[in-house]
Amino acid sequence: MMRKVKLSLGPTFFNWPPEKWRDFYFRIADEAPLDTVHLGEVVCSKRLPLIEAVIPEVVERLEAAGKEVVVSTLALIMSKREMNIVRELAASGDIMTEANDVSTAALLAGRPHVIGPFVNIYNEGTLAWFVGNGAVRVCLPVELSGIAISKLIAASEGAKPELEVIAFGRLPLAVSARCYHARANGLHKDNCAYVCDQDPDGMELETLDGAPFLTVNGTQTLSHSCCNLIGDLATLAGAGIRRLRLSPQDADMVAVASIFRDVLDGNLDLVTAECRLSGLVGGMAFSNGFFHGIEGARKAGPLAAAE
Amino acid sequence: MNRPLELVCPAGTPAALRAAVEAGADSVYLGFRDETNARNFPGLNFNHKELAEGLKYAHDNGTRILVAINTFPEAGNPAPWHRAVDCAADLGADAVILADIGLLDYTASHHPSLRRHLSVQASASNPEAIRFYCNAFGVRRVVLPRVLTVPEIAALNREIAGIDVETEVFVFGGLCVMAEGRCALSSYATGISPNKNGACSPASHVHYENQRGKMVSKLGAFTINQFHADEPAGYPTLCKGRFVTNGKASYLFEEPTSLSAAMLLPELQAAGVTALKIEGRQRGRAYISQVVTAFRKALDAIAAGQPPPPLDMSALTEGQRQTTGVYEKTWR
Repeated sequence: MMRKVKLSLGPTFFNWPPEKWRDFYFRIADEAPLDTVHLGEVVCSKRLPLIEAVIPEVVERLEAAGKEVVVSTLALIMSKREMNIVRELAASGDIMTEANDVSTAALLAGRPHVIGPFVNIYNEGTLAWFVGNGAVRVCLPVELSGIAISKLIAASEGAKPELEVIAFGRLPLAVSARCYHARANGLHKDNCAYVCDQDPDGMELETLDGAPFLTVNGTQTLSHSCCNLIGDLATLAGAGIRRLRLSPQDADMVAVASIFRDVLDGNLDLVTAECRLSGLVGGMAFSNGFFHGIEGARKAGPLAAAE
Repeated sequence: MNRPLELVCPAGTPAALRAAVEAGADSVYLGFRDETNARNFPGLNFNHKELAEGLKYAHDNGTRILVAINTFPEAGNPAPWHRAVDCAADLGADAVILADIGLLDYTASHHPSLRRHLSVQASASNPEAIRFYCNAFGVRRVVLPRVLTVPEIAALNREIAGIDVETEVFVFGGLCVMAEGRCALSSYATGISPNKNGACSPASHVHYENQRGKMVSKLGAFTINQFHADEPAGYPTLCKGRFVTNGKASYLFEEPTSLSAAMLLPELQAAGVTALKIEGRQRGRAYISQVVTAFRKALDAIAAGQPPPPLDMSALTEGQRQTTGVYEKTWR
């Protein structure tokens, strides 16, 4: 059952220089055991022009390597300019598009599309509505529990859509109109000087007593811990999950994808996998609390006991 | 000539409801005493009987009642939300305020004549989203998320002018700094989710610790702020906490401040807004009475073509700063 589970690479949330961004995806195209790769800017429309020039060659390279490419779109659409960016993408029609706002799903109505984790699909009725609208794949919101995920899979069994969950990477917890990267640097969003490029894995935020807590990425707030469901794959596969999403960090994501693929294929044991993943992200703390129905920041399940 | 602005006021208890009606609320919004609404706090909200009585009192006084059923039912447990909608319809509520698409679909098909408002928790921040909710579920009013400036609200209202829908905006009270309904910060720290359970930074997970002469406020396992012995220790709302980035402590997300757009009422009316909303279902009746009275005076002055008098809210906001929030572009 685990062998059939597909792997996607989610959109990169961080502001990487275009050359780094391009080279990251070239390597993903050439080496990573991934079925699907998401491209596109989800967090801040101001960043989109930075990568626009290199997108076509990255798409070409990924497709030549046999990987499905999905274009992910903005999570928060506030201005006419942002609305038009999404309208254009939705109208182009020749590439699979992921909606991260209800407006984008509406624009994609009647055509096969993907719903991203920024759209609130918490229950069967809402899922059914999006499937009726044309969604063929849905990546569920980060705070859904394993029990809720199982119920949604059961509710959609036999039919499309393919359900997907984020299984690795810092979790996107909030979006805002305000840019906290700019604010931390005494700037405003409109004159931000693109300071978010200083932190390729996000700006770490600690409590006053020095405990790691969150990560700031422009207008987005992520977890400080790295979500890691490697210890929950058997449960997920048993429930019938069909796809997992790995969310890019500034790390060797080819190796991360290989570890997930190896565990799914039965070629790597969990403890070794966990240990290798930890090494790949510089010892970043892992969490899977949302999946276990507790604080998202916590770690539970088979690998928690081992620590 | 503009229509008079509608004043939409909160009520967490029957006493607050009466206070809001007496002070001149055009509409009062409230919720049931469970996880179906976004102010699911102990001791707050209405049961079936209280809602029935509240509706009668409000309707006798010409005030509308809007029932907020604005959390997201988690898979496997839709019944409490369906019951809440059924109950609001049966008792004759003037509208329900909803956020979840499945629940909008349920309401539109089971209670087509029950007026539907879109909650701020749905975060409909653009014309395509609003058009969608109107076309698909017959939504008649959208409460706008606190992400738009006044000029952006005006532009949005121009773009949706062809649709039969009204917009409502927050003008006073607590202030979400994240897009509403799209924030799992509290859930990450406490396991209690605003979207699923209707509570942000819940009191059940708050504690204060005295650490070497400092009062430390915590939410779950995380320190949200600390205070000197002679300072009042504020409530640890997660996004109003003090945190360290790049070695510097600051209120990175937002200071412990509340929203007041009292100075912007004429601008909001010119921007095409229909209704103004006051936050605070968790507030007592004295607060409700004072805030609603002040806004009633301001709106009556505007309706009479006079400049609105300055609102005197000093007693309520003592020690707390106010902000016009995102309505001014520099906030971002």
